[in-house]
Parts: sequence; structure tokens; C-alpha cells
Amino acid sequence: MLWETMLMLFDPVILLSIVAGVSAGLFVGAIPGLTATMALAVLLPFTFTLPPLHGLVALGAVYMGAIYGGSFAAILVNTPGTPSSIATAFEGYPMAKQGRALEAISLATVASAVGGIAGALFLLFLSPPLAELSLRFGPPEYFWVAVLGLTLIASLSEGSTAKGLLGGALGMVIGTIGVAPIGGETRFTFGITVLQGGVPMIVALIGLFVLPELYGIAAKAKSALSAVEVDPKAKGSFWQAVKTVFSMPGNLIRSCIIGEIVAIIPGAGGNIANLVAYNEAKRASKHPEKFGTGLPEGLVATESSNNVTVAGSMVPLLTLGIPGAPPDAVILGVMMLHGLRPGIELFTVSGHLTYGFILSMALAAIAMVPVGLLGGRLIYKVIFKTPYYFLVPTIALATILGTYGVRNSHTDVVLMLVLGTLGHVLKQLGVAPAPIVLGLILGNIAEMGYVQTILGGQAYQYPFLKLFESSLSRILIAMTVLSAAWPYLLALKQRIQARKASPKEDRHE
Amino acid sequence: MKKFTRLLWGIVLAVAFAMPGPVFAEYPEKPITYIIPFNPGGESDVTARLQEPHLEKFLGVPVNITHKPGGGGAVAWSEFQRTAKPDGYTIIGCNIPHIIGQPLIRKEAGYTTDGFKIIMWFHFTPNALVVSKDSPFKTLDDFIQYAKAHPAAVTVGGSGTYSANHLEALRLEKAAGIDLTYVPHTGTGPIIPALMGGHISAAMTYSMVGVNYKDRLRTLAVASDERVPALPDVPTFKELGYDIVGGAFRGVAAPLGTPQPIVDKLAHAFTETNKIIANKQVGLGFVMTYATGDEALKLVERMRAAYGDVLNEIRQKQK
Repeated sequence: MLWETMLMLFDPVILLSIVAGVSAGLFVGAIPGLTATMALAVLLPFTFTLPPLHGLVALGAVYMGAIYGGSFAAILVNTPGTPSSIATAFEGYPMAKQGRALEAISLATVASAVGGIAGALFLLFLSPPLAELSLRFGPPEYFWVAVLGLTLIASLSEGSTAKGLLGGALGMVIGTIGVAPIGGETRFTFGITVLQGGVPMIVALIGLFVLPELYGIAAKAKSALSAVEVDPKAKGSFWQAVKTVFSMPGNLIRSCIIGEIVAIIPGAGGNIANLVAYNEAKRASKHPEKFGTGLPEGLVATESSNNVTVAGSMVPLLTLGIPGAPPDAVILGVMMLHGLRPGIELFTVSGHLTYGFILSMALAAIAMVPVGLLGGRLIYKVIFKTPYYFLVPTIALATILGTYGVRNSHTDVVLMLVLGTLGHVLKQLGVAPAPIVLGLILGNIAEMGYVQTILGGQAYQYPFLKLFESSLSRILIAMTVLSAAWPYLLALKQRIQARKASPKEDRHE
Repeated sequence: MKKFTRLLWGIVLAVAFAMPGPVFAEYPEKPITYIIPFNPGGESDVTARLQEPHLEKFLGVPVNITHKPGGGGAVAWSEFQRTAKPDGYTIIGCNIPHIIGQPLIRKEAGYTTDGFKIIMWFHFTPNALVVSKDSPFKTLDDFIQYAKAHPAAVTVGGSGTYSANHLEALRLEKAAGIDLTYVPHTGTGPIIPALMGGHISAAMTYSMVGVNYKDRLRTLAVASDERVPALPDVPTFKELGYDIVGGAFRGVAAPLGTPQPIVDKLAHAFTETNKIIANKQVGLGFVMTYATGDEALKLVERMRAAYGDVLNEIRQKQK
């Protein structure tokens, strides 16, 4: 069946839709503010006229391309193109500043392709057990996942942990604006009705990441990239990148597994996967202190993990009908329209279609390599050669359009500008944008998990005990404690080593 | 002859002036914006996407769907009532009970229930009480007996607070004299894994959930007047002795003050479209409705009365 399905995909129309889909996705993903979900929603009407397989293939390719495209903006402009490449900027941009932008793009391309294929393989072979695992995540588990995520702040905050925590807290406060997810009260809207919807994450992301960068370039009156000397030999050859990526199999496997686990948790996608993978790569590294200076390890971790989530998040979607990440909701909509009910039937009765769709995502991942290398070079040249006084207003305009496009709202543009300016001031004070965005993403998940758990434990004498009930919760708690204590354990270990080393020196004297 | 020439001129002029009137002022002459106040991929969005090509055919102009999610729809509705021009070129998706409940319960919803010119209510998704296939509750009676014996221990999930699902759960509590724990979720989507994973004992959700996931979920009862065609074996609450009919009505509205001929034209287009897409939607568990004009207003009044008691109680508690 697999073989037949594979042959079915080698239809020129399908191959063309894959390449076109990846290219379109790449473009959308590279522009900060345009997300994969939006790209899929815009494309949706076009797929109505297509046969189901063609439609799904095109959507899958766009999704794949968009998640990958986010890395371009992250590497070249230090602003994640989609929330899935927040951590890509941590290593990619320093690399670009050292004149290694093309190398970074090649690495991101190869890592993304590997991640994309890994995700499709997970979906193909491990769907049933993974789907059952995803069902075990209930409110208490969500709460602990969010808390675990918040411990990442400790490692994400460069320099001062206190400032990182301050940023995280600020993000969580911003997250409480609007109608409460549980309870329905309106909070902190100050009578502004538009704020009932809260601060959309993507608006905060654009404001906090893009604007401070633009202010920075404008203030220095030069783009950080135009000043660098590019070593003409370091053209970022593709084969070199392949070698580099596969020289760290441990990192690759770990990041792909992290990406898959985050992907099957409904509601969490690439936005969380890339940060967790980055953090784990840093923790496992022999030289964690070098992270943030342009290390390929970090880049490979984030870009492979976020592309795993594309096909990976379809595990609960195809088997149970539960969207694993926001863009999947659109794909579910398409399936429903074509009368395809998620479940076992999808793999048996409409097996050709389902397997075709899964395999097409692997093909899309492969298609990213040529499309990405060509497109990447093009975008790189444009950004590199454009003087800052054209670049800043152009990006600013794209940013404003992208923000407006989130839900066609002028208020969102104002919000973005206010947050961006605030972000610039905070950046000057040493509070980085990443913890703020992390607080914003995770605060809501934590709140919802906590309140739902307490509600679910109404019949208990102490409802909060429900938080510690399941074994999965306990595993997550252990991971949280370990993650929070890690920097201190590391410091302790270094101190012990130092102490061991010093008596030796004493004896020599 | 001169007289004749003048008459001729007169006729020519009269025709020339009269022509542009009826011909060029014929609504619609430019694209129509159709706002969906929810996320892409939801029921409202999917329905609008199904309607779009047919609406375009009947109206003869493009219909552009845009999304403005947030605040359970309130972000879009408040902006619509504040800014949309009553010219028929901006229309918006509307839901009952959202537009009844939110302005009553929220201090500043930013819009009023009666601030819309309802064009049509095109379908209804009844509430349904759904449990997992491996739940011990085989019938509504099992569920109610257990809840009577174990107050507050039965958790019932639903989408949102003071939403169609929540209000229905409250009505069931009153009608059956039981004490449930309602657990709000951020949409119908998250209800499904919560049910399958056993994180809630049951869900008061929409009938489509029971239709689309029948392999793993069991519907105990539906809150409609008659059985839902896609779920012929599931009894209604009414049959079982509980007078509970409710769910979400979806429709479309224009700004107040939109000229009647334009509203009529839109209502016609939506009605014809609804007939075409009915086949697809009924199979998914929707119940088609064709309420336009006065009938549409009456529906709002009927649902306002039905939810009145629970809503007033909530308001009392808030004070």
C-alpha cells in the first residue's frame, strides 16, 4: 500500500503543488507577523475546488514551508518570522553578525528537512501509541508542562536571572488581559472593548522582537549585518552543512523526540518545542556558556524540533481528530469538508489519501532543501545589500501590515507599537524579549490547567491534591525541579571540581 | 416639428437621467466583507467557506471572509456595532446565545443584543450530553442517578463560561435537581481529548461532537425539539422528561439601519445558499434553520426567554 501510494505522489500536479506550497509557505513564514495558521486559512478556499488529496498536499506543504521560513527572519534580522523560531534567533543572528549568515541558513535548511522527515516518520509508524500518550495530558499535566516551560526562563535570560524572571512575570501579566479563559470575567481591559480579546500572542511577538531591533539599527545608523566582513570561502556550502548537522546525531535525535512530544500535546506546537529543544541542547552541551554566541548546535536543535511538529502534531489530528497545534485546526476543517472523519477509518478506508498526505509531507521536507537554499540566498542578498535606511522602514511597514492582518484590527497595530517601544526600553534595562513572550504563552496554559484541576477536584477535601495525582504529573514535577535546579547544580559541580583541583596545586607547591 | 424635436430631446434626457438610477444603484456593486468573529477552522468559519461560492453566485460580487477572533466574539461584534456602515457591504456572523448572554453578564461587552439587523439564522447546533465510550453512564438516567448520589463529583466540560454549553448545564442542574461541577474549556476542540482521556466525566457540548467522534464517544441526550437526523438513536431531553432545548444558532447580521431591500436581497442569497449546502451540513450534525425577517427576531426573543432564569441568577450572584 505504501509503495503504491508513493507512486501515486509522483504525479506532476502533486509535485508541483508541493514545490509551490513550500515556496509560498516559506515566503509567508519569513515575514514576521504572517503565521502558518494565516497562510493555511488564506489558502483554504482554493483547495475546495481540488480533489481532497491535492488540497491536503498543498496545505501540508505550505505548513511545512512556513515553519521553516520563520528561520530566515530570525537569522538575518533577529526577529522570529513565526513563533516557532524564537530560539533560532539566539544562535542564528550572532552567526549572521559574524558573517556566517549563509552557513546558518544552510544549517537551518538541513536541520528543518531532517525534522520534517522525522515528523512524517513518527506519524507513519508511531501514531497509535503516541495518540494514546497525548490523551493522558489533562489539566494537571498542562499545568506542570507550563511550569516546566517557565523554568526555561532561567536559561533563556542572558546575564541576570532576576531580570529574566521580571520579564517572565511581565509576560504573564500581559497574558491576563482580556476575558478570562476560565470564568469569563473581563480583566484589565480598562473599559477598552477591543481588549476583551486580550493581547494576541503574535502581536506581542512582533512588537517585542521586531521593533527593538529596528530601533537599535536606526539608533546606530547602521545595520549589524552590513558592517561584517564576509569570508568569501565561507559560502555556507550545502554539503558542509549536511556534515555539520549529522555530526551531532545525539542533538538531532533528542530535538526530534522533544519536538514530537510537544507536538502531540494539543495546544502546544513549534512555539514551545523550539525553546525546549534549545534549552536541552544547551544543558547537554559540554560548553553551555558558549550558547548565544552563534553555535550551530543550538540552531540545529531549534530548527529540527520545530519542523518535527508539522507532521508530528497531526498524530492526534488524524487518529483522534484533535488538532495538535493551531494550524492543524484549519486542516481538520478541510478534512471535515471533504467528509473525512478522523479515526481508524482514515487509515483503512481512505488509506491511500491518508498515507499520500503523510508521505507528501516528507516530500515537502525534502523540497525545502532546493527551495530554501535558493530562496535563502535571495533573501540574504536582498537584506545584505539594502542600506539600513531602506531596510528599517521596509521591515517596519511589513510588520505593521502583518500585525493588522492578524485580525484586521487597527488596535492590534497600536498594541504592537506600544509593546515594541516598551520592549526597547526594557531591552536597554537588560530584560530580554524571550522571557516576556514565554510568560505570555505559558501563563495562560498554566492558569487554565490550574483552574480546571481545582474545579475537577471539587469533590476532594483538598482540591489541589489533584495536581499531584497522576504519574505523568509526578514525572513532570521531577523534570521541573531538575530544570530549575540545573544552573545551581552546574555551579556546584564546578565549585567541587575547582576545590578538587586546588589541593593538587597545593601539594605541588 | 420643433415641438417634436424638443419632445425627443426631452425623452432622451429623461431616459439618460433615469437610467443611472435603477441600474447603477443596484445593490451590490462591490465586494462584500463577511466577518467571522472566531478563529479559522471552527464551525462558523467552515460554514462561511461553504457558503462563499454560492453567495457569490447569487449576489454577483465577491464575498470576502475575514476573521476577527477574540473575547468569544465580542471583539468583532463591538467593533462592528461601532464602526460598520449600514450599506450592506459589511456583514458579520452572529451566534445565539453569545449575543444574548455577553451583553447581560459582562460589564462592558461593547455591544447590545438588539444592535444588529439580523439577516438570517441559518442553522442550529443543539447541545448534547456526551460521555466517553468506556464511561459507566449508558443513559441519561445513569448519569442523573450518579450525580444525585455524588453532589459536585461529576465534572461536566463545555466550551466557555456563560456560553450555550454552560447555560445548558445549569438548566440541566435545575431541571434534574442535581449538583454538577462545570469545567469551562477554551472551545469545543479541547473538549474532545478531555473526554477521551477521562479528564472530565461528561461534556455538555454540541451535537456535532457526538456525530464526528462516534467511535469513541457516546451521546446520552440532545437538547433539540426533535431527534437530530445524524444521531437517530439518541433521545432528546424532552423525550426523557426534561424540558431543555438549546444550543447555538448561527446566523448573519448587517448593521442597524441597513435599508430593507438590501437586507431582503442578502436574506434571499443566504436562504438559497443554505438549501444547497444543507446536505453536507446535516450529515455533520447541524440542524438547518431558515429564520429571516420577523421570524429571526422572534427566535432571539424566544431564546432570551429560555435563558432568562439562569442568566438572571448569574447576574444576581455577580452583584
